[in-house]
Amino acid sequence: MIQLLQNLGATTRTSFTKLGRGTYFLLQTISGTFSVLLRPRLLLNQMYSVGVLSFLIITISGLFVGMVLGLQGYYTLSDFGAEETLGVMVAASLVRELGPVVSALLFAGRAGSALTAEIGLMKATEQLSGMEMMAVDPVKRIITPRFLAGLISMPILAALFSAVGIIGGQIIGSGLLGVDEGAYWSQMQANIDFRDDIINGVIKSVVFGFVTSWIALFEGYDAIPTSEGVSRATTRTVVNSAFSILGLDFILTALMFGDD
Amino acid sequence: MQHTSTQDTLVGLFVASGVVGLFFLAMQVSNLSSFVEEDSYTITARFENSGGLKPKSPVSAAGVKIGKVRSISFDPTTYEAVVQMSINSQYNTIPDDTTASVFTAGLLGEQYVSLEPGGSEVYLQNDGKIEITQSAIILEKAIGQFLFKSAEEKK
Repeated sequence: MIQLLQNLGATTRTSFTKLGRGTYFLLQTISGTFSVLLRPRLLLNQMYSVGVLSFLIITISGLFVGMVLGLQGYYTLSDFGAEETLGVMVAASLVRELGPVVSALLFAGRAGSALTAEIGLMKATEQLSGMEMMAVDPVKRIITPRFLAGLISMPILAALFSAVGIIGGQIIGSGLLGVDEGAYWSQMQANIDFRDDIINGVIKSVVFGFVTSWIALFEGYDAIPTSEGVSRATTRTVVNSAFSILGLDFILTALMFGDD
Repeated sequence: MQHTSTQDTLVGLFVASGVVGLFFLAMQVSNLSSFVEEDSYTITARFENSGGLKPKSPVSAAGVKIGKVRSISFDPTTYEAVVQMSINSQYNTIPDDTTASVFTAGLLGEQYVSLEPGGSEVYLQNDGKIEITQSAIILEKAIGQFLFKSAEEKK
């Protein structure tokens, strides 16, 4: 029994220590922002590997998610004779929820895991300590550009996901199933609010980008510098990102769309 | 990592596509294109019952949308609903004996305010008041009355 309590206490303490280290790491990362802005080349390179390389998976998934929404929505709505509102359904679910959330999950899987593995391996091969030896701050040089790149890329990717998804829904809805194209768009425009729906979706995706990049970079930076440690850190990145995204999504949704 | 100009181009394309995506969402998907805050003036109407009217509900005259509901509040002294409406400035010739009614678009559609102009030559100004109003028809009430009436008739 005593043993059990001891273990519980130890686990709690280590997790709080980790959270503390993570927060310190985050502050360090953010404080490096200014020096990265002086060297935009570093940011650009990371935008390429974090953002551009995620482009394809995001747009293709977005297209298919939109097409599925078009199909499923049509079958459900046609039971009530309300096929015309298909556009609203597709757009609202994409812009409010699926766009930010699914693209953040994909982003965590595609870019987050790569970041963790990269940083973890840098640590394991002592490149980070090598930099410190040369009086180069590895956080400013390596971490901050990747963090900023994630923060900027995520809203772009989420907006693309939603836009492509809406077009996918239109292809299925009015191309295949015969919903009137004018009704698809006009109903959508009448019911989707720029401030309430689209801006809130963008805010969500910024928050998700922040959290996923933070988790991915911290897990890599904090990884045990062995091959096993790196592999565990990569797994933790994907799992923790998924938890945080879905948990935060609930909180953000409750805050944003509560009083409607 | 090599610094190639192709990479720069791709990053540029990526950012541009993001901007285009957001622009698409703003213009094609949302109501932003019709959201541009046009010049408008405010008029007030008091209803006994505003039904399911909400802020942003349309205000129409002869079926054409000419404004929207800005706010709805309850007046605790007269027990009426005070509905403030913003009307586009281009429609500045609404007579002061206009009737405002709360209607429902279709059987289950959203509620809107309909203005039926009267014959007066005096037009409503900013902060003007509509005196003649007709409350929302509550479907349950109407059905109740109808049932009650038909039961009376059978006696």
